[in-house]
Amino acid sequence: MTGPLIPMGVIPQSWDNVFAVLLGMGFGFVLEGSGFSSSRKIIGTFFGYDFVVLKVFFTAAITAMIGLLYLSQIGWLDYSLLYIHPTYLASAIIGGIVMGIGFAMGGFCPGTSFCGVAIGKIDAMLFVAGLYLGVFIFSEAFPLFEKLYNSGFRGSVLVSDSLGMSKALFAFLLTLAAIGMFFGATWLERRIKKVEY
Amino acid sequence: MENKKKTGTTYLNPYLGGFLFGLVLLATFIITGRGMGASGAVKSTVAEAVNTVAPSHAEQSAYYSKFVADDAHPMNTWLVFEVLGMLAGAFLSGLVFNRLKFKVEHSPKITSRRRLIFALSGGALFGIGSQLAKGCTSGAALSGMAVLSLGGFITMMAIFGTAFVFAWVFKKNWI
Repeated sequence: MTGPLIPMGVIPQSWDNVFAVLLGMGFGFVLEGSGFSSSRKIIGTFFGYDFVVLKVFFTAAITAMIGLLYLSQIGWLDYSLLYIHPTYLASAIIGGIVMGIGFAMGGFCPGTSFCGVAIGKIDAMLFVAGLYLGVFIFSEAFPLFEKLYNSGFRGSVLVSDSLGMSKALFAFLLTLAAIGMFFGATWLERRIKKVEY
Repeated sequence: MENKKKTGTTYLNPYLGGFLFGLVLLATFIITGRGMGASGAVKSTVAEAVNTVAPSHAEQSAYYSKFVADDAHPMNTWLVFEVLGMLAGAFLSGLVFNRLKFKVEHSPKITSRRRLIFALSGGALFGIGSQLAKGCTSGAALSGMAVLSLGGFITMMAIFGTAFVFAWVFKKNWI
């Protein structure tokens, strides 16, 4: 068992921020390279003229998910040391809905808006300004949101456990579902009128 | 390997891009034990700015005080460095693929002004929602899904489901 490397002390803690910059660069490069700096390309997923978001997002999630399960299976990575995003049912749903409206209005999510800013998109710069404004409003009005913020806490639950199946079976089914979606998306793309952007 | 669009700009094949993206995310988990993020860097910056301008206000606030402990500087967090790297990485990609240009991208049916107002409002809503869900598309949805977090899958479905409906509400802005 040697990973995760920094929590296990294989790599010293002082390297943490160096890796933050390097991994961030990889993150930014592949996002921009895949076209996520363009809001009209991103939004294409919802009208069916460009499914790049669906394809990139699910390929990335599945690659990382299978990689982590594999490394944990061969005893190289301690899964219990990974940070599992905690589940707060109500705020996960309502927060997601608010973000979804923001996504449809602004055409970006935070990560993609930073990519847009980096290549000079002025609409992305306004989106980032909006992010700061939104976080500031939320922080100042926190007492109004506090109850919702903390409600429905379930701890760090795994989706596979809540569906009563093994991690590997869930990963297998999700991969099949994603491959099905990719074929469906490609089929639709060929039939939907192209939009120039 | 690459898709040449009619506009002349070149993008990575989406499956290759997604695979490389997945490898970066996997490396992040292997090295740090945590995933990637984006909205957390905004939160750190806002908390740090408020703490600098009005330290007593930050200390008394139920939200800022979670992130501005006595000696822990929120600016000095992993996600801020990661986002600085992201900006550099995206800039490099823009340089390689020849996409560096100041412009407002919008549908020909709307004005730049309308696009910018919607971008600002959309950003503000995303900012509020990401605080409620304790993460955005990167930190909650994508990184959550990679470690099979139930909350990550729920937030992902809520974001994309809602965006699908509202994209059609705001159709004129896009196509």
